[in-house]
Amino acid sequence: MKWARVTIAWLESRSGLGAFIKPLMSHRVPASAKWWYVFGSATLMFFVIQVVTGVCLATVYAPSAAEAWASLRYIDSEVPAGWLIRAIHGWSSNAMVVMMAIHGLQVFLHASYKYPRELNWITGVFLLLVVLGLAFTGQVMRWDQDAYWGLGIGASIVDRVPLIGSQMRDLVLGGPIIGGETLNRFFALHVFILPGMAIGLLGLHLALIMRHGISEMPRAGERVDPATYTPAYEARMEREGVPFHPDASQRDMVFCGACLIALIVLAAVYGPFGPGAQPDPTLIDTNPRPDYPFMWIFGAVSLLPPSSETVVMLAAPALLVVWLLLVPLLGRAGERAPSRRPGMMLAAALAVIGIASLTWEGMTSPWSPVMDAWSSLPTPGAMVRGRKALEVQGAIVFQYAQCRNCHALDGEGGRRGPELDSIATRMTPEQLTRQVQQGGGNMPAYGKNLSSAQMSALVSFLATLKPSDEAPADIPGALLPLPSR
Amino acid sequence: MSDPQFEDGGCGGCGCAGRAVSARRGFMSKAGAGLMAVGAVLAGIPVVSFVLGPARKRFDPAWVALGELARFPEGTTRFATFINPIRQPTDGESVKTACWVRCIKAGSSYQVFAINCAHLGCPVRWFEQSKLFLCPCHGGAYYEDGSRAAGPPPRGLFEYAWKLDAGALMIDAGRLPGMEDAP
Repeated sequence: MKWARVTIAWLESRSGLGAFIKPLMSHRVPASAKWWYVFGSATLMFFVIQVVTGVCLATVYAPSAAEAWASLRYIDSEVPAGWLIRAIHGWSSNAMVVMMAIHGLQVFLHASYKYPRELNWITGVFLLLVVLGLAFTGQVMRWDQDAYWGLGIGASIVDRVPLIGSQMRDLVLGGPIIGGETLNRFFALHVFILPGMAIGLLGLHLALIMRHGISEMPRAGERVDPATYTPAYEARMEREGVPFHPDASQRDMVFCGACLIALIVLAAVYGPFGPGAQPDPTLIDTNPRPDYPFMWIFGAVSLLPPSSETVVMLAAPALLVVWLLLVPLLGRAGERAPSRRPGMMLAAALAVIGIASLTWEGMTSPWSPVMDAWSSLPTPGAMVRGRKALEVQGAIVFQYAQCRNCHALDGEGGRRGPELDSIATRMTPEQLTRQVQQGGGNMPAYGKNLSSAQMSALVSFLATLKPSDEAPADIPGALLPLPSR
Repeated sequence: MSDPQFEDGGCGGCGCAGRAVSARRGFMSKAGAGLMAVGAVLAGIPVVSFVLGPARKRFDPAWVALGELARFPEGTTRFATFINPIRQPTDGESVKTACWVRCIKAGSSYQVFAINCAHLGCPVRWFEQSKLFLCPCHGGAYYEDGSRAAGPPPRGLFEYAWKLDAGALMIDAGRLPGMEDAP
C-alpha cells in the first residue's frame, strides 16, 4: 500500500487538510462537558441534512408561482423517494429550530456567553434569526393556501411600519400583490441568501469555538474575571482537559445518530408537510395557520389589544433581538451558576412558558370562530327535549344566526365567546336581551340583524340553559363579567 | 508602504530607486482603491435599483369589471372574483382575487369590500343569516356595512372605489389593500 501512503502524503503536503483538521479533532475540551453539550452538534447535523435534501428538492422544484404547487405534487407522487426527501426536509427544519432553541437555552442557563465568548453568543443570535428566516421562507416554498395567506399576514405586519410600510410591503412582495415575483424573492432568500449567511455565520461560530474553547460546566462561587480567565482556562485545559475526539465527540455521535434515526422514522411515518390546497386566493373556505416555529406569534397577535397591537408587533421583536445581543455585553463577568443568577433564570423561564403557552394557544386558537359550527353541529338533545315551542324556536335561531360559531353548547362549537351551558345562572332574560342586542365584551351587536320574534325566541331558549339543580340568575344588575378575549 | 520587502525596492540597498518604487506603490494602491470604488458604485447602481425596484415602482390601479349588475340583487352581499389588472408572467393562480359586493340600492348604491381582513389580511367570509363578516384567523368580525363589529381588527373592511359602466359594476383594483387605504 505504498502508493496510497504516497498519495496521501502528497495530498497533505499540497493541501494541508490534515493539519487543518487535526486540531479540530484533538483540541482539548473540559472533562465536565458531557450530555449538555450535544445540542449544538445536533443543530449542525440538521443543517447539513437541510442543505443535502434542499439541493435535491431544488433539482425538481419549479420556483414559479404558476408551477410550484404542481411541481411539489409531482415530487410527492412521481419522483422516486421524493415524498421522503420532502418529509425529511420538513421534519429536519422543525428539528433544527428545536435543537437550536435548546442549545441557546443551555448556553443561556450556563452563562457560557460570558467573557471571552461574547461573540460566540452574538453570532448565535444572528444564526437563530437566519434559521427562523429559513423556516418562514420554507413555508412560502410550499405555495399552498397556508403559504399564500401566511404571506398576507407577513405583508400586513410589514404594512403597519410607520411612513415606509407601504413601500416595504411592495419590496417584500416584489409587487402590488402576492404573485409571481413574491415566490421568486422568497426562493432567492431561501436557497441563496439565507443559506449563504448561515454558512458564513456558522464558520465564524465554529472558528470562535476553536479560538476560545468550550466553556466548562458552571460551579457556584466560580466567578468569571476577564483579567485572569483565559490563562487560567488554558492551564486547566492543559491539566484536566480531554481531547474533543473521542471524549466529547462520542456523545455527539450517539445523540446525533439517535436524532437522525428518529428523524427518518418520523419522516417515513408522518410524511411530508403539505402542500395544502392550491394557492387560489378565490378559494376562501380556508383556515390559514403558520408552521410550528411561528405559531406563538400567530397566538400573540390575536391576544394583543388593537390599541397597542401595531407597536407591540413591530417593536417587541426588535427589542427582543437587541436584548439578546446585549446579554453577553452587559453580563460579561461574574457568576455563571444558575443558582446565582435568579433574575436570568426567571427571564428564561418566562420566555419558555410564554412561547410554549402562546404556541398552544395558536394551535388550539380558541379565538377563531368555528366557521361551520352553525350548519354542522347538532343541538344537544337535553337542551331541547321537553321544551316549549318558543324555546325550541330559539334553539333554531341560535344555530341559524351562527351563535354556535363562537359559543359552545355541551363542549361543541366555537370558543371565542363563553360556553353557554349555564348562562341562565349568570344572566337574567333582560341582561341576555341587552347583550344580544347591543353586543359588547367583544361580541357584535345583533339588534339590527334579528327580528323581535327571533330575539324573544332566542332569549327564551338561552334562559333555559342551566343545570336543573341551580337557580336562575335573578338579581338585576348582577352582571358577572363575561370572559372575553 | 512600511512593508520592509519593498523598503529598498530590491535594488541592492542603495536606497535611491527603492523610494521611487515605494512611492509608485503608494500611488498604485490609492489609484487602485479609487478605481475599485468607482467600479463598485457603477456595479452597485443596477444591483440596488433591481432589488429596490418594487418599492420605487408605481403600480397604477385600473378599472376591472365584476360582472353584470343583475348578479348583485338589492339587499344582498355576494361573492365576486376578478383577475388583478397588474400582472406578471409567472403569477399563476395568484392573480385571481376575491371580494364581497353589497348592493344597497340596485343601480345606484353599492359597497365593494376587499376579501382581506383589516387585521392581518386573512380572507373574511360573509354570513347572510347573522349579517356578519367573520375572519377565520383571529376572529375579526364586521357588520354588513363593513364597519368593525368585534375582534382585533383596528378598522373596518377595506373598500374598493366602484362605478357603473354599461350595465356592469367596475372597481378600481390592482393592489393588495393595506394601511394606506383610507378607512
